[in-house]
Amino acid sequence: MPRRPQPLLIRLTHWINVPAFIVMAMSGLQIWIAYPFFGPRGAMWDWVPLSGWMPPEWMRAGQWLAGARHLHFAFIWLFVINGLVYVVYLVVSGQRRRRLFWPPRDLRPAVQQFLYYVRLRKQAPAKDLYNGLQRAAYTSALVLGVLEVLSGFAVWKPVQLSWLAAMFGGYDGARVVHFLALIGLLLFLVAHVVMVIIHWRQFPNMITGGTPEPEEEA
Amino acid sequence: MKRRDALRAIAGLPLVACDTSKPNKGALGGMERFNEKLERALQGGRAPTADERTPMDDFPGYHIAPEVPQVPDDWKLIVGGRVAKPLALTLADLRAMPRIESRIEHHCVEGWSAVADWAGVPLSEIAKACGEKENPYVEFRSFDAPSFNERGYWSSWDRESAFHPQTMLAYEMNGAPLTAKHGAPVRLYGSIKLGYKMVKYLTEVSFLDRRTGGYWENQGYEWFAGT
Repeated sequence: MPRRPQPLLIRLTHWINVPAFIVMAMSGLQIWIAYPFFGPRGAMWDWVPLSGWMPPEWMRAGQWLAGARHLHFAFIWLFVINGLVYVVYLVVSGQRRRRLFWPPRDLRPAVQQFLYYVRLRKQAPAKDLYNGLQRAAYTSALVLGVLEVLSGFAVWKPVQLSWLAAMFGGYDGARVVHFLALIGLLLFLVAHVVMVIIHWRQFPNMITGGTPEPEEEA
Repeated sequence: MKRRDALRAIAGLPLVACDTSKPNKGALGGMERFNEKLERALQGGRAPTADERTPMDDFPGYHIAPEVPQVPDDWKLIVGGRVAKPLALTLADLRAMPRIESRIEHHCVEGWSAVADWAGVPLSEIAKACGEKENPYVEFRSFDAPSFNERGYWSSWDRESAFHPQTMLAYEMNGAPLTAKHGAPVRLYGSIKLGYKMVKYLTEVSFLDRRTGGYWENQGYEWFAGT
């Protein structure tokens, strides 16, 4: 059977991730404002970027700390299960080969694509489903998502999962990673939406799957 | 008509179910109970020893009374509930009981952490002394009240957490008697719960067969609140 550019499971997990990520991010920022600082009491880490930042109300969900925590700890399972389905599918379907950033193959084209975007190069490098820079962006979003979940579990259970917290330098280290990975994901989201608007013709593919393509590497 | 109502109900369900002003009810409350099962399963032994102690002045001390609560002159700790031998213990009685010490990292629900050395009577020793058996819950009450005639701050714990080797009725912090700011004369302390579970200014410990919520828990914060 010929494959569509965007297989069903990719589309499904992508669209489930939209509400899951939005609720996690917005409730997370509501939790953050209860104590928008880093480091232990008495030895605060003011040097961490955005220390003391109060996100505006439209970026937050859950009304108050307890409401936001309940949202966060309920939707985490949607986020995690959906993410696991996506990753397992990537691996078993072989989709990882055309979607994940593989430096020996993708590093040069990614740099060339970047140079093309900033008009230092006249011609865009060759691409298949994605160009190298896209693979770099999607793969970093995935890595940030994994970091976000792991650091989140460390912040949630710094004692029972102390081995996990220790990987981030303890509870306060995990909190920094958890926050900065979110900022990274938000930057990705902005870039992603801008690129979708610019390349709006590609957008329907993420709903219909696109026109079936002939088998490659027969 | 009926179908339309049903559709409307289904469409509205997530909104009703996720009422964040009453987060311990509805679907969010259901997820809280699901998470509690996981938290109970995760619960292990002693917490790793925390490293550097927080300077005393930087360790926050919260209370719900308008002023820092002061110890009543005739203070005694009442131990009761479903026990064979109810007790009324003075501070000297508590100091005469077996003692444990632990350096613990504190985790506030707000997100901050702080470290101190704590010393006190393991709660399991209190349970032994009053002849308590197999009660699944323990309730802690205090004299920290928003006004004279209001009920004081309280919380209730699951038995496993209450009997954890680091759970104690603490009377010393950083090698000195507990100060009024930190819950004098005696507060509940441990390594496996968020700060709001660890009641200060204790007046009563009751071993019970049902959970009795808590000051923050009844307003919507998680009841189990394990770390």
